[in-house]
Formats: sequence, C-alpha cells, structure tokens
Amino acid sequence: MAATILAVMETRDGAVRKVSQELLAAARELAGAAGSVDAVVLAADPPTGVDALRAFGADRVLLARHPDFARYNPDGFATTIGSLAGGHSVVLFAATATGKDLAPRVAAKLGVGLASDVTGLALRDGALVATRPVYAGRAIQQVKLRAAPAIASVRPNAFQPRARDDSRTGGVEAVTVPAFEARVTVQSVKAPEKAALDVTEAPIVVSGGRGLKDPANFKLLEELAEALGNAAVGASRAVVDAGWRDHAAQVGQTGKTVSPGLYIAVGISGAIQHLAGMRTAKTIVAINRDKDAPIFKIADYGIVGDLFEVLPRLTDEIKKVRSEK
Amino acid sequence: MKIAVCLKRVPDTVAKITIGPDRKTIDETGLKFVLNPYDEFAVEEALALKEKAGAGETVACSLGTDAAQETLRTALAMGIDRAVLLQSPGSPDGLEVARAFAAELKGGGYDLILFGKLAVDDYNQQVGPMVAELLGLPCVSSVARLGIADGGVEAEREIEGGVEVVVCRLPAVLTCEKGLNNPRLPSLKGIMAAKKKPLEVKPVSLGAGSIEVLGLEYPAERKAGRIVGEGTDAVPELVRLLRTEAKVL
Ligand SMILES: Cc1cc2nc3c(=O)[nH]c(=O)nc-3n(C[C@H](O)[C@H](O)[C@H](O)COP(=O)(O)OP(=O)(O)OC[C@H]3O[C@@H](n4cnc5c(N)ncnc54)[C@H](O)[C@@H]3O)c2cc1C
Ligand SMILES: Nc1ncnc2c1ncn2[C@@H]1O[C@H](COP(=O)(O)O)[C@@H](O)[C@H]1O
Repeated sequence: MAATILAVMETRDGAVRKVSQELLAAARELAGAAGSVDAVVLAADPPTGVDALRAFGADRVLLARHPDFARYNPDGFATTIGSLAGGHSVVLFAATATGKDLAPRVAAKLGVGLASDVTGLALRDGALVATRPVYAGRAIQQVKLRAAPAIASVRPNAFQPRARDDSRTGGVEAVTVPAFEARVTVQSVKAPEKAALDVTEAPIVVSGGRGLKDPANFKLLEELAEALGNAAVGASRAVVDAGWRDHAAQVGQTGKTVSPGLYIAVGISGAIQHLAGMRTAKTIVAINRDKDAPIFKIADYGIVGDLFEVLPRLTDEIKKVRSEK
Repeated sequence: MKIAVCLKRVPDTVAKITIGPDRKTIDETGLKFVLNPYDEFAVEEALALKEKAGAGETVACSLGTDAAQETLRTALAMGIDRAVLLQSPGSPDGLEVARAFAAELKGGGYDLILFGKLAVDDYNQQVGPMVAELLGLPCVSSVARLGIADGGVEAEREIEGGVEVVVCRLPAVLTCEKGLNNPRLPSLKGIMAAKKKPLEVKPVSLGAGSIEVLGLEYPAERKAGRIVGEGTDAVPELVRLLRTEAKVL
C-alpha cells in the first residue's frame, strides 16, 4: 500500500525553512510515485517559499492560517495537525527545536507512538520502518511503527532537498484551524545580534575546543567559516562550560547532533560525548597537535600540527580556491 | 511548591555499548548505569525551587526495573524528599511510558512536573510533552532558563539561531536542558539521609504500544581516515582532497 504522507513545514521570519525542503525530499522518497505528499504550513500570513513547495516534492500544499500563528504556537499547531492527520498513513516532522516539541504533542493527542530523530525511512509490508541512532550514536535502532498514522521526526541534514522542479505547479489550499486552547504562549523570539547559521543546519561546521586557548582565538574559526561561506562555528563542551561560547553552539551528547557534509574539528580531543554529536558528518577533518588524539580515529583527513599556524593557512587556501572558481 | 521529577536510569555516557544476542537490545552485563544527565538538571531545579519557596515537597519518580531504586536513591541523596518506582521493564514506545507517568501523577496536586529534555539511551525526547498532553497541562520543553513568580512561568528555550521566550501558568510540565543550573553532588550527609527516605515500589503493566524494535546494530564503521601531513605544509593537500576526493568544497 502506498503511503499518504502529511509533512509538517516550518517557517521562520515569514519564510519556509530549508529543513522543510529536506523533509519534502524524505517524504517524496518514501511516497514514491504511487503515494502522496501533503505539505502543511501553519502561519499567520502565507510565507515566502510556499509556492515552491510543490517544486520541492509536495503534491498538495495546505495552508492553516491563524493570527496567533505568527510565531510557533504549540497547542494551536498540535491541534491543527491532529485534525489533519486523519486520512494520512504517515505524519513527518523535521527534528528541529520546534519539531521535537511539537511531534510528541501530536502523537499523544492521536494516541500513537513516535519515532524521534530518524535518519532513514522505509515502507515494509505497508508499515513504516525507521532507522534511528540511539545511545548517543553508539548503536543504530530499527523500529516498526504499527499505528496509523505512523509519526516520525527526521534529523536535519539526513536528507538533501530535491532539485527544484518548476514543472510541478499548483495552488495552495486553505485548511481550517480548529478551536484550540493555548496553554503556552511564545512571547518573543530573541535573535542573536549577529544572525548566524545554526550548527544543526549548516552544510559545513567548524568547531573549536580547548586547544583554542582563549575565547578571542575563535576569531580564527570565524574567519575560516566566513571563507567557506556556508559554515557555522561549533564548540566542544569544555569551551562552552568555560563560558567561551554559547551552549547553542555545543556539539555532542549534551549539545547538538549535527550531520553536515563537512565537519572540521580544531583543537578538540574527540571525547566520546563529542563524537556522539558529529559522527554522522559525511566528511570529518581534524586539526590537532597530538597525533594520538582520539579525534583522528574517526576523522577522514587529519593534520597534525599547531592550530595557530594551520588555521590561518587553511583560511588563505580556501579563499584562494574559492576565488579561482 | 509540590514538584515531581521523572528520572531515568541509563547506561553511563562513556560506557561501551554491547549489543545483546537478541540483536534488539543491549547486553547489560557489567555495564555501569547512571542518572540520566538531563534529569540531574531537573532534580537540581526541583530542589532549588523548593528551597526558594521555603516549603513544599519534591517527589522523584522512575519507571524501570528494581535496579532503578539505586538511581532514585541518588536523587534522594541530592535532597529529594521521597521516591516512587513504577516497576516495569519499560517499553520502546515512549507513549506507553508517558501513560504510566500520567496515571501516577494525575491528581497528585503537583505545581510542576519536571523531566529531562532527553534520555541518553533511547534518544526519544518525547516523554515530557506527551505526559503534559495526556494530563492537559501546559508544557515548555528544553528549558534553558526559568523564572517562576505569582503562579506564572517564564521560560527560555534555544531554537536554531535564537531563543524563544515562552510563558504559561502553573501547574505545568517542563523538560530541562543543559545550562539551566549546575546540579549539586550528593553530600555524605545526604547519602546517609537517603537510606531512610521513603521509596515506594508500585508494579505497573504497560500497554503493548505501537513501536516494535526490529533490530539494533553498531553504526557503520567510518572508513579508516588518514593523516594528510604535519603542519601548514599539509594544508594544500588537504584542500585538494576535500575538493577532488571528498567533493565537499
Ligand atoms: C555527561 C557528559 C556529557 C558530555 N557532553 C559533551 C558534549 O555534548 N560535547 C562535548 O564536546 N563534550 C561533552 N562532554 C565532555 C567531554 O567528555 C570532554 O571533556 C570534552 O569534549 C573535551 O573538550 P575539548 O576536546 O575541547 O578539550 P580537551 O579534551 O582538553 O582537548 C583539547 C585538544 O586540543 C589539542 N590542542 C591543544 N593545543 C593545541 C594547538 N595549539 N594546536 C592544535 N591542537 C591543540 C590537544 O591536543 C587536545 O586534543 C561531556 C561529558 C560528560 C561526562
Ligand atoms: N523510564 C523512565 N523513568 C523515568 N523517567 C523517564 C523514563 N523514560 C523517560 N523519562 C523521563 O522523560 C525524559 C525524556 O525521556 P525520553 O523521551 O525517553 O528521551 C527523561 O529525561 C526523563 O525525565
């Protein structure tokens, strides 16, 4: 039996987020040609990018508008998605800060189980089978979801957005937002002074650890990130605990799990709790002066050396090749 | 303030995980277990809030086998007043666990029910919000900063590239993120006192749930990497490999 999928889109500052395009790719792959993908957008006003959702894989685009949906509204969103879930065999969320808050609420409302933070999805005998890292990535679990709908949240960067296909066109259908009781209110969203890419969503992450010696030296990583263009700066717990970087940048078991295309670990020893957060990166580079540092065991490419010499050189070299392109 | 804290016994975060002969669960032989790190933040928050209020009761609740009594004793040693063990082997379906907690906590007169953000074994990150939903209570998840005054909650949670400020009324369910506080260590006096604190054991039976574990495997070994070279001389070769071999630049 083909899957009928409801994919929950996310917006921020009036635009559909890139993770939602990834989610559509995951949904489309699962649905195949025989199944269907409904993308649902919850917003106060139609966000930028809503017209392109079909081009990224949706068959129908549903818009649930409500004046209180200008920001995330946990109870309103959960009620609306709960009301739309009927008639779908699968409901998918992005495993973002919002998705991880919202998915369990919807699952509990519908009385069905939830597979969180999955990195793979398949249909087996009509049932959803999800692959998900457990034990901080030290084991990979496969679970079958027997309930209807089957609910899962999909880890950012686990799927790549599909190439935009502008031959897939069509309108946006308005759907009703049922009455809901808002038990919690998102009063405001504080954005950092300098808008930065989040480590969970950036295609490239450059992370620094205690080897950087001083918070001011993170400037070296910021310069490298800037030279790379689409990179975010991450950190080990040691430097977050020392107050050098925000917790939002922490990669690892008690920080964020990232799966970028390229992860560059600089002055990070590679403790198991750090590896838990980045071992699914596609390519890992380590720069460390200790040739026996555990990070080299999982790095694809390593440079043994003093980061204070290697980093500026690397930034220069990246600038050079990027200007050649 | 009457506060419940749900806490889980989990394998130590540095322990080597061995997959059991059933290829579905882990082999627990010789494995060291600890209080789930995020639940430490929940315990600390409960203790600090009660101390600030000057009166109240803190109750720790765990669902697990008898072995979880040790984890509950840790919370009692940190200062929690009493503990309840919902005795059960557990379930891969977080909703079944949530249902057991909801049944236990319903009508308990709690102002706050605290959870960790995530259990570092199953990585579900779901039980807290599910319990809130089942009890019809407001819920803020992954709370990194918290203020409580006049029956109202103001909490901050990290989102990608920002911080959400969320408000609600008590009673409420919160799940605790790292950074919320610095958990205290059990004192020697606390450890002695914990032995005499009440720990009630209640057998529960969970529903079958809708999630079935098909298998558990080790992650694919990353193919052996290599040291490109030493010092700045290795940089051009690294960049070349990133472009032509890994194709990430
Ligand atoms: C429950 C629990 C949860 C945890 N969660 C996390 C987590 O989420 N994330 C996390 O990162 N950690 C976590 N940790 C901490 C983890 O165990 C390590 O302590 C931490 O990752 C170490 O950080 P580091 O690599 O920056 O520092 P260190 O281990 O001190 O490593 C510094 C490295 O820098 C290198 N170095 C020094 N100077 C130079 C130089 N000039 N040039 C090149 N290299 C240099 C050194 O050789 C060394 O390898 C957790 C621990 C526990 C117990
Ligand atoms: N078996 C359990 N016993 C006690 N608390 C639990 C249990 N399972 C989950 N929790 C609580 O729910 C939080 C999130 O767990 P999970 O949804 O499994 O990642 C944990 O940090 C605990 O506070």
